[in-house]
Amino acid sequence: MAEMPMIEIKAVSRFYGIYKALDSVTLDIAAGEFFSLLGPSGCGKTTLLRSIAGFDTPTSGDIRIDGQSAIGVPPNRRPTNMVFQNYAIFPHLNVAENVAYGLKRLKLDAQDERRRVGDALDQVRLSTLGKRGAHELSGGQRQRVALARALVMRPKVLLLDEPLSALDKKLREEMQVELRSLQKAVGITFVLVTHDQYEALAMSDRIAVMFGGRIAQVATPKEIYQRPLTRAVADFLGGMNFMKARITGETATDLSVETQRFGAVTLTKPPGFTCGTSEATIGIRPERLRVLWDDDTAPHAIEGHVVDRHYFGEITHLIVNVPGLDAPLSVSETNNFGADDIPVGAPIRLAYDPDALVALAD
Amino acid sequence: MAAVAILQDGPSKSAHRTGRRWRDSDEATGLALISPTLLYALALLFLPVLIVIAYSFWTQDYLTIDHTFTLENYRIALTEPIYRDLLARSLVIALVVSLVTVVFSYPVAWFISFHGGVHKNLWLFLITVPCWTSYLLRVMSWKVILGYQGVLNTGLMSTGIIETPITSLLYNSNAVVITLVHSWAAFAILPIFVSLEKIDRSLIEAAHDLGDNKVMSFLRVTLPLSLPGVISAFLIVMIPTVGDYVTPKLVGGKDGVMIATAIQAQFGKAANWPLGAALSVTTMVVVSAMAGLVVLALKLFVRWIR
Repeated sequence: MAEMPMIEIKAVSRFYGIYKALDSVTLDIAAGEFFSLLGPSGCGKTTLLRSIAGFDTPTSGDIRIDGQSAIGVPPNRRPTNMVFQNYAIFPHLNVAENVAYGLKRLKLDAQDERRRVGDALDQVRLSTLGKRGAHELSGGQRQRVALARALVMRPKVLLLDEPLSALDKKLREEMQVELRSLQKAVGITFVLVTHDQYEALAMSDRIAVMFGGRIAQVATPKEIYQRPLTRAVADFLGGMNFMKARITGETATDLSVETQRFGAVTLTKPPGFTCGTSEATIGIRPERLRVLWDDDTAPHAIEGHVVDRHYFGEITHLIVNVPGLDAPLSVSETNNFGADDIPVGAPIRLAYDPDALVALAD
Repeated sequence: MAAVAILQDGPSKSAHRTGRRWRDSDEATGLALISPTLLYALALLFLPVLIVIAYSFWTQDYLTIDHTFTLENYRIALTEPIYRDLLARSLVIALVVSLVTVVFSYPVAWFISFHGGVHKNLWLFLITVPCWTSYLLRVMSWKVILGYQGVLNTGLMSTGIIETPITSLLYNSNAVVITLVHSWAAFAILPIFVSLEKIDRSLIEAAHDLGDNKVMSFLRVTLPLSLPGVISAFLIVMIPTVGDYVTPKLVGGKDGVMIATAIQAQFGKAANWPLGAALSVTTMVVVSAMAGLVVLALKLFVRWIR
């Protein structure tokens, strides 16, 4: 990030009495980036978003938007607009009036205003519904109105507070694609708050995972999924098989470990890893374990037998007991080759790539 | 529903199939539930009103009533200057009272709803405290406050703001307005409070987010959305005030007489029930029309500011 970031969050803390909602959060968000704040409820992600919007004031620290400090600036004078979780559509106004709400203050001439409202409604594919009352809209349409109402203001930053959580699964997936392409088209910085890891992975340029008011990791979706730094991040972003390993050697960047069944491997040491004991936690994603059929061979394989099986349509989760491991392994296998037909109790061989193993800080 | 089920197990077993089905319907249950109230309202509200309307078309003939249809009472009610003036004054007082009451009550309701915090119920409770004393006592206490040697005058004189007592406080329409505004405040605060409570706070945040300052978001979001409460407060205060009898009698003096006093006189001393009835019906019709106009005006006002 050579250019100046669009949003700079510097050591922002927020206390509610003795409760720390935000604990010294520092974060840069680049201009034109689709950035997600991901975490379980109560992790402080919404407080952070509302601090950027101006609805919440940090107890300490600084927030700069486009180079200007936003501390003390009310929401109506910030270059940000928000899509609220419940969309906050004005019930006494129709769709076009809702979208035009913020424009009225700019005192545009009627033709200009109508054109901008029309363009915004086109962007969210609602151009035919301008006259429709707020009460006659479906959930998806309400969300589009909220989007258009914010985008028509041409903000530097669009803030989205769990915008898809009220929609059903199919509509949610459609809107993920649409939001992503809309962001590409308008080029505005989007900051999205979500507790849905798949949503964050599917849409974002970068993700910040938060726990307990702190940022645990900031990275691209691929990196955060494949190279989580801590056990909590790994656990929050999908399934992970955790196991203990004995540390045999340590450098500034690497960690050599002796595992129970995966042999001796050298892994990248996560920053902040404290080697208090001689043990480390390592993990492997369920889909990085592959079932070996019949006479297939692989350079790295382990053996066990199936103890349980969960069918999910396109994939099957196999729970495999490997002698010598503390906990059974969870394996995610596509059903192309009949993984859903493997009976419980059957012996099984699993291939893996040692690169898929990650060392995790606690 | 349980009551309906019990009824069915009884002698109605022999009833016609369709009849039985109707008894089981939501419509029947609903009617059964409202019928006591409905009968009560019919007997004590609808019927008397019908009788009053009937009387207004008859004539008093000394001790008997002449039942031939006539519009003479309405001619008197609408053209006699005394009744016209009394009705006009009643309407003006009622309008002023409801306007002042709503204007004073709105900030109170707004404060409780938006800044009442955890003590909202305590605030509401405190607002109802004056209603615990009798209405008469409250009106009488205003006599003590507003009188020539009353609390207000002596207080203002002792602080040196005025030198001689203000005489325009009691026994005129000002006194009626002041007393009625105080009496009705709680009834205006409550509906406004309820409609403010129903406003989703994120709508106000959205208005700020879209560039409104606090005044603009109030005018463009809070006020329009609380309009139902404002309208009910206005009507709750205005309609009974037009026909108020006790307050003008006690604090109104000669200049504060309202239409209800004249109606009471026709049914009492003057013993002209048909004219009293015609005055009542005229007042009812005019008040209804004015209520409609007020609702329309408020709606237009809100449409204009947004």
